[in-house]
Amino acid sequence: MNTVATRNEREHKVQRRENEAWFSPEVNIFETTDAYELEGEMPGVNKDGLEIMLEGNALTIVGRRTDPDFGAEPVYRESKTGHFRRVFELDPAIDTSKISARMEQGVLKLHLPKAEKVKPRKIVVD
Amino acid sequence: MTLTRWQRPGYWDPVRQLSTLREEIDRLFESPLSWLENGSQPFSSGWLPAIDLYEDKDNVFVRVELPGIKKEEIDISLHEGVLTLSGERRFDKEFDEAETHRMERFAGRFQRSISLPAPVDAAKVRATYKDGVLAITLPKQEEAKPKQIAVNVD
Repeated sequence: MNTVATRNEREHKVQRRENEAWFSPEVNIFETTDAYELEGEMPGVNKDGLEIMLEGNALTIVGRRTDPDFGAEPVYRESKTGHFRRVFELDPAIDTSKISARMEQGVLKLHLPKAEKVKPRKIVVD
Repeated sequence: MTLTRWQRPGYWDPVRQLSTLREEIDRLFESPLSWLENGSQPFSSGWLPAIDLYEDKDNVFVRVELPGIKKEEIDISLHEGVLTLSGERRFDKEFDEAETHRMERFAGRFQRSISLPAPVDAAKVRATYKDGVLAITLPKQEEAKPKQIAVNVD
């Protein structure tokens, strides 16, 4: 199978709010015989800050950070400001009704199972 | 941009090369000779978690992005006003056999040091790890706190 989840640069109007800065989370994507597995780095994002939207074959991941509030002035900063957002175009083989997601210490784990009909199947010969 | 298949290191990948170079330059400026001291390779690619530093009159606060690491794998040490963070992140063995389409996350060891802007009380340092963010509170030593001096003006 050569079609993969493809990154889509097309602008999505969904959930894009005025005056919010966004940047892309780094991801690993693996493919097994049964599913695609996506891991995305979104430090500071918990379950409540996570939004996953599906529009046709376009999957949008949004992570809003709830940072520790020190109530102090930043004197040195390396982290990017803003929230996480990235759009993927899904392989049509993915059964979009069975996508599941969870957050584990700032890492999004997305499980994208393939539809039953596209999984390789062993045919028993009588 | 179409997602292309992940290629093993050794292939030319302009985007990755650029970001690695930028990080290496940052690291060299941060501590030019640190690679000599700990014996690591100066231009090996590595994981450089982002560090933010905050300060108010009583405390210094450090925020470090360490998504997906085990709490036990984080080492925090304080020596002569320098805070050193190190640790290791291991990825699940679960997908070792799977086909890889994207590999943007770093795995392995990291070490970062940062000079604190004020002397702190090492015994009172506290750290929490939540949602992949390490937050360290370092109370300043009493003598380092700004003091109000009353001046009588006649």
